[in-house]
Amino acid sequence: MYAPIRQGTDIAFLLGVIKYCVDNDKVQWEYTKAFTNAPYIVKEGFGYQDGLFTGYDEAKRDYNRSSWDYELGPDGYVVSDDTLQNPRCVWNLLKQHIAIYTPEMVERICGTPKDKFLKVAQMISECSSPTKTMTSMYALGWTQHSKGSQNIRAMAMLQLILGNIGVRGGGMNALRGHSNIQGLTDIGLMSNLIPGYLTIPTEKEPTFDTYMSTRGFKPLRPDQMSYWQNYKKFFVSFLKSMWGPAATPENNFAYDYLPKLDLPGYDILRAFELMNEGKMTGYFCQGFNPLLAFPNRKKVTDALSKLKFLVVMDPLQTETARFWENHGEHNDVNSASIQTEVIQLPTTCFAEDTGSLTNSGRQLHWHWAAGTPPGEAKHDTWIMAQLHLRLNELYRKEGGAFPDAMLNLAWDYKDPEEPSPEELAKELNGSVLETVIDPNDPTKVLLEKGKQVVSFAALRDDGKTASACWIYSGCYNEAGNNMARRDNSDPDETGAFSKWAWSWPVNRRIIYNRASADTNGNPWDPSRKLLWWDGAKWTGYDVPDIAPNAKPGVVGPYIMNPEGTARLFTRGMMRDGPFPTHYEPFESPVVNVIAPKIRGNPVARVFKADMEQFGEASEFPYAATSYRLTEHFHYWTKHSHINASLQPEFFVEISEQLAREKNIQLGGWVRVWSKRGSVKAKAVVTKRIAPLICDGKTVHVVGIPLHWGFIGAAKKGWGPNSLSPFVGDANIETPEYKAFLVNIEPIAGPVA
Amino acid sequence: MNMEISRRQFMKSAGGGVAGTTLGALGFGGIEAALASSIRPFKLTGVTETRNTCTYCAVGCGIIIYSKGSLAKGERADIFHVEGDADHPTNRGTLCPKGAALLDMVHAETRLKHPMLRKPGSDKFEQISWDVALDRIARLMKDDRDKNFVARNRDGVTVNRWLSTGFLAASATTNETAWTTYKVVRSTGMLVFDNQARV
Amino acid sequence: MFPPLPNPTVKPTPAQFGEQDLIRRSASNVAPPARQLTPVAKLIDTSKCIGCKACQAACLEWNDLREKVGFNSGVLDNPLDLTPASLTVMRFSEWINPETQNLEWLIRKDGCMHCADPGCLKACPAPGAIVQYSNGIVDFDHDRCIGCGYCIKGCPFNIPRISQVDHKAYKCTLCSDRVAVGQGPACAKACPTQAIVFGTKEEMKQHAEGRIKDLKSRGFKNAGLYDPPGVGGTHVMYVLHHADKPEIYANLARDPRISPIVELWKGVTKYAGLAAMGGFAAFGFLHYLISGPNKVSEEDEKKAEQLTGSDVS
Repeated sequence: MYAPIRQGTDIAFLLGVIKYCVDNDKVQWEYTKAFTNAPYIVKEGFGYQDGLFTGYDEAKRDYNRSSWDYELGPDGYVVSDDTLQNPRCVWNLLKQHIAIYTPEMVERICGTPKDKFLKVAQMISECSSPTKTMTSMYALGWTQHSKGSQNIRAMAMLQLILGNIGVRGGGMNALRGHSNIQGLTDIGLMSNLIPGYLTIPTEKEPTFDTYMSTRGFKPLRPDQMSYWQNYKKFFVSFLKSMWGPAATPENNFAYDYLPKLDLPGYDILRAFELMNEGKMTGYFCQGFNPLLAFPNRKKVTDALSKLKFLVVMDPLQTETARFWENHGEHNDVNSASIQTEVIQLPTTCFAEDTGSLTNSGRQLHWHWAAGTPPGEAKHDTWIMAQLHLRLNELYRKEGGAFPDAMLNLAWDYKDPEEPSPEELAKELNGSVLETVIDPNDPTKVLLEKGKQVVSFAALRDDGKTASACWIYSGCYNEAGNNMARRDNSDPDETGAFSKWAWSWPVNRRIIYNRASADTNGNPWDPSRKLLWWDGAKWTGYDVPDIAPNAKPGVVGPYIMNPEGTARLFTRGMMRDGPFPTHYEPFESPVVNVIAPKIRGNPVARVFKADMEQFGEASEFPYAATSYRLTEHFHYWTKHSHINASLQPEFFVEISEQLAREKNIQLGGWVRVWSKRGSVKAKAVVTKRIAPLICDGKTVHVVGIPLHWGFIGAAKKGWGPNSLSPFVGDANIETPEYKAFLVNIEPIAGPVA
Repeated sequence: MNMEISRRQFMKSAGGGVAGTTLGALGFGGIEAALASSIRPFKLTGVTETRNTCTYCAVGCGIIIYSKGSLAKGERADIFHVEGDADHPTNRGTLCPKGAALLDMVHAETRLKHPMLRKPGSDKFEQISWDVALDRIARLMKDDRDKNFVARNRDGVTVNRWLSTGFLAASATTNETAWTTYKVVRSTGMLVFDNQARV
Repeated sequence: MFPPLPNPTVKPTPAQFGEQDLIRRSASNVAPPARQLTPVAKLIDTSKCIGCKACQAACLEWNDLREKVGFNSGVLDNPLDLTPASLTVMRFSEWINPETQNLEWLIRKDGCMHCADPGCLKACPAPGAIVQYSNGIVDFDHDRCIGCGYCIKGCPFNIPRISQVDHKAYKCTLCSDRVAVGQGPACAKACPTQAIVFGTKEEMKQHAEGRIKDLKSRGFKNAGLYDPPGVGGTHVMYVLHHADKPEIYANLARDPRISPIVELWKGVTKYAGLAAMGGFAAFGFLHYLISGPNKVSEEDEKKAEQLTGSDVS
């Protein structure tokens, strides 16, 4: 079954499917009523009209989100109407919000023929049965839109009303893009994160107490477990891991050592904007190739050229490390005019190092080094340790700006020059710093100094425990390195493989798994049991995602939310609306038929110069999209001879119709250009990319695979990011790589 | 590491409509060694096996790396073959075209082997020593940090941040590398800090 | 799922078949072997193939072969054809089903079919350069190959390719080195969708039956097994969703047969033996036979010349 869809219109499609399910009574009602916020009453004043929710400020490109919230009762708990009759309950507001997404409207917006859409909707809707489950697997491409987070939300909402979250074979499954991108996110290597999804303070939180005051997570339902109420334990244990003895109750565990944000965050688009404005001095690229990976390559080149220094740590040569090197038309720069000092450091690759990687299923797999590194290549841990030690040495000798957080950084490794993977993994797990005696029984030792904590349940907010990343607590405890476990038994074929490696949190394989059983605690589908209430406690094949003795019907399954339920209406937690709504990409071949005045996502951040670089459909009539091919991985495998031979040369894909219209030959050369750049490619003419009819207009699609550059074993080429726009998603700033406008023409090939 | 877990558990559960293929039972059992000039000698005999995980996407396919020489024994180890790990529940021995060609990534001609420096305005990289490279980086960092570090904002609030140097971390490194990187970067006060998660 | 192929052993393992299991040897006679090995087969299910080329990558890697970095020719196929290094290639066909008007993207992994009645072996004038074991594997012995290219003419599937470096013919060995120590072929182990599976021929036929039943239940009423009787059946078989139209899969032969001229040639060698005839005379005779009135063979010859471009590295 194949239903074509125009890039950048997923929300219209998905809200259309939700409407189909609602209209045809294909809703898992017991689940929706009990496990989502469908019955909750939303405040008076919230509304939506013509593509905008209440509170929009056009000048700021932002909303005042105060009306996007629940009605709270005098007891502080959310007001609810379990009959779903109240016109202001989430369910009725949702119904009203999706009313416009009829199959006809889906066809107008998405270009999906109505009969194909209906067939897909019908198939999906069957999964509202408690014994049928749909899974959603999506990759980063779905977030690479100016409303990417809302794409994901729309599918999550559909999965919720079908009762498909927390059950075997269900869920919203992000297929993360790199071998340890899940781990790097978990460990918080982002501007505003602390390991385990804690957050860096802002400058409006100058003290530990102001910081904690907004992180109380008081339950919004009676008797509900709100797990983030343990925040302080995790936060203090993190600070102890960072600064050890220097983090004391007296100095609020070195709270001042943490940098404080003045903005929501310094994502990559902001970083390169600042760089391009000349406001940055230095930049490190550790295993990352922004010259090819970031949008608008010309801007990236300009930005890198304004740095004083660039440090590249990588196992491979990268285009970024050589952005200053002239490669003819493939990198036409004037080296002499680029004053950036570049230092390139050779690192080991996966085959030469030991440690753990966290896959998309939250499983931490330990691996072992197998080969001798080439030349002088070094482990990243060694390099980072060297930088730390040498920087400290300079500060000790010379003094300088606030060195305390560096000089007091916990660095108690056997070999300070190169911490071992085992030592670091044990730090992630956490350990007991001071023995804790049971207050009710002085003979009983609760936690023994020097031992690894068994899990995050043992962590404390008084500084007696350390744990670098609370969600990883349990990965390497007194039982040993659980990430290295290799028992692949799987009783009852649940697919859990609970004794293989280790997954966070606490080796739980399916999160929200309490939702796999009904309100009485009986599995929705007895043939695919996961967890059940045995009369006294939760039991089953997985580690319960709820207190083992939490009686069914009292504590809701979504314990990370203070409501205990999943959110069809997200309150004020997303910048662009509590419900998803259809917006066109910033560069679109058609106007937004439901809100013609709105360009792109109305709250997506756009820097001024980039706004001026958006192209119009009159000049750039074709809808371009970027993607990977099976033969390649990003910009890496062009270095691998075998992969280079399997797909050697940059090409774009177009339909037979567009090829005829533009007189483009199969295998011939074309030029593709946008408002921001131009590339040359071979043309693959294919039936697989057919023109779409959107609102009566023919839309031609140009597909641009992304694997070529000017270094490696493959032929030199370009990628889509010579063309793509510099704008990100409104919530997470993922660039809009997947939908932009180009023009195309046949050209004579290069002279051989 | 435990190399002993067999595939029997899979065999038990993977029955389906067809009885499990037991290659040992393809009619060869109990036959004495036989040679044929057309058949290449089996190239993995007597080499070192090491369990690892594919470096590309986040499916996390288990792989076995075959080398001549063993790091565990303190020897030089030269990798010459990579194959899917049939014991691994994620991929059960299968690999995609990238994973199946991992060997050519390990031995890519474009692997970096030495620290290199490109001076301002230059059109080439020059090889330098690790000491020179690391000392130079530490100096560049410190000079910028001392110049642009913000201890307090305009309202006098302690903010201890450094915005003029940024760090882009690598999502193919281990969790242990990630934690080391986090510690070192955060302790300097850096906030321009990101990784591939949202790109 | 089909049971996964096992991990290779690194313990010394004697090859489990060999010279004594030959049932055919080019341009020579063999004594009937004392035992019959269980016939093996590789089953390629085109309906499960996603065209990722993992099989191509695994084949190059395992066999220590490297293909040159070529060009894009306006299609996803790369390299465009089999070469002495690329012993298998994916062939992509975009086919509009006239009954449903749906586009069907048909992808076929091409390579040696390991015919029970191997035309290459019968055409080969070099004694022992092509052999067939009683498990069905047809293998080339490169030390004995003289690079004449007649195996290409003899092959009803146009598979072997001559290296311009060492002037020897190359094709898929069914990973005879792996099978000999109880492993499956590298492509089958790698295939992430299990579109390629390996086992005894009997098991493969059974497995195919289940797949065909499933496909029929999904509306592919002509789904079937490709195990062409014209060459005595093959040890590489396909499940096709449209078994009534093999030619839509990048010109898969509808009814492959060994050219009657090759059969005649086979008769000659059997009668006289190559040594007795003298190599030169034998070539002359075969060349006369093949470059005579047979049109197909002329095309084959032309192709053979074109297709020997890639080299073993």
